[in-house]
Amino acid sequence: MSERADAPLTIGEEKFDSRLIMGTGGAANLEILERALSASGTELTTVALRRVDVAGGTGLLDLLRRLGIRVLPNTAGCRTAAEAVLTARMAREALETDLVKLEVVADERTLLPDPVELLDAAEQLVDDGFTVLPYTNDDPVLARRLEQAGCAAVMPLGSPIGTGLGIRNPHNIEMIVDGAGVPVVLDAGIGTASEAAQAMELGCDAVLLATAVTRAADPERMARAMRRGVEAGWDARHAGRIPRRYWAHASSPDREE
Amino acid sequence: MRIELNGESREIDGEPLLARVLTEAGLPERGIAVAVDGEVVPRATWPQHRLADGARVEVLTAVQGG
Repeated sequence: MSERADAPLTIGEEKFDSRLIMGTGGAANLEILERALSASGTELTTVALRRVDVAGGTGLLDLLRRLGIRVLPNTAGCRTAAEAVLTARMAREALETDLVKLEVVADERTLLPDPVELLDAAEQLVDDGFTVLPYTNDDPVLARRLEQAGCAAVMPLGSPIGTGLGIRNPHNIEMIVDGAGVPVVLDAGIGTASEAAQAMELGCDAVLLATAVTRAADPERMARAMRRGVEAGWDARHAGRIPRRYWAHASSPDREE
Repeated sequence: MRIELNGESREIDGEPLLARVLTEAGLPERGIAVAVDGEVVPRATWPQHRLADGARVEVLTAVQGG
């Protein structure tokens, strides 16, 4: 789906002025994370759910509350629909949100989504009243099936999680955008700002990234670069780019002989 | 009786009520979710929820990820 140029990003009932969703994974500590989140301008950030560590406490949630950033819990680490559904229900209970980034991966080596389990989990969670944002393969048919199941957005990967390989199949992303009636969020694989801009130029409504920022040598600076990349790509998409030409086309008037 | 709390065996003296067990384990009240034997237990029912001997209690919270 490609929205009007000045419209906020709308996912389910939630509206966002920022089109960059930042993950919290990979930051060396909360201080670095805070600076990166602030520089990114993000209004929505992912968290994972794990066993509580009494010593660790809930410092991450306190930080996000203080920064006024909404929380998008994920189901990272789940391999089956049943695991993902239970994790999502735990997240809703812990974080008091219906939003869920649904992740059901097939194996540790690729971390690629398992389409069969993913669709099954999506259907169950939609029935249970969740606002479901599925992390999906860059497959236009699966994206369509997820939308038909009632997902509030579709989030195709650019390349596998954490690889920084960028968008390996831009044509598929364009086909997903063309077919989608819900927001398309490019999730996973972004390595640098030009790739975030490319995602938006392809027609995506938002970009979700974590590793590219949190594991950069200077996370705060990369977060700022990503914010600008997303904004630049969004503006370029809506500015109406010139057609590609085979031959040169002078931009200065002819000289008078 | 004994229960398992996040994978660790724990002896429970007195009333085996979930809210009490969580408090005694030093867990925060907010930002956590609890499943007992694979089923989510809503927060509102923690004070009355009676744990059975051998219950597996999982307490989760948000950590950096994704």
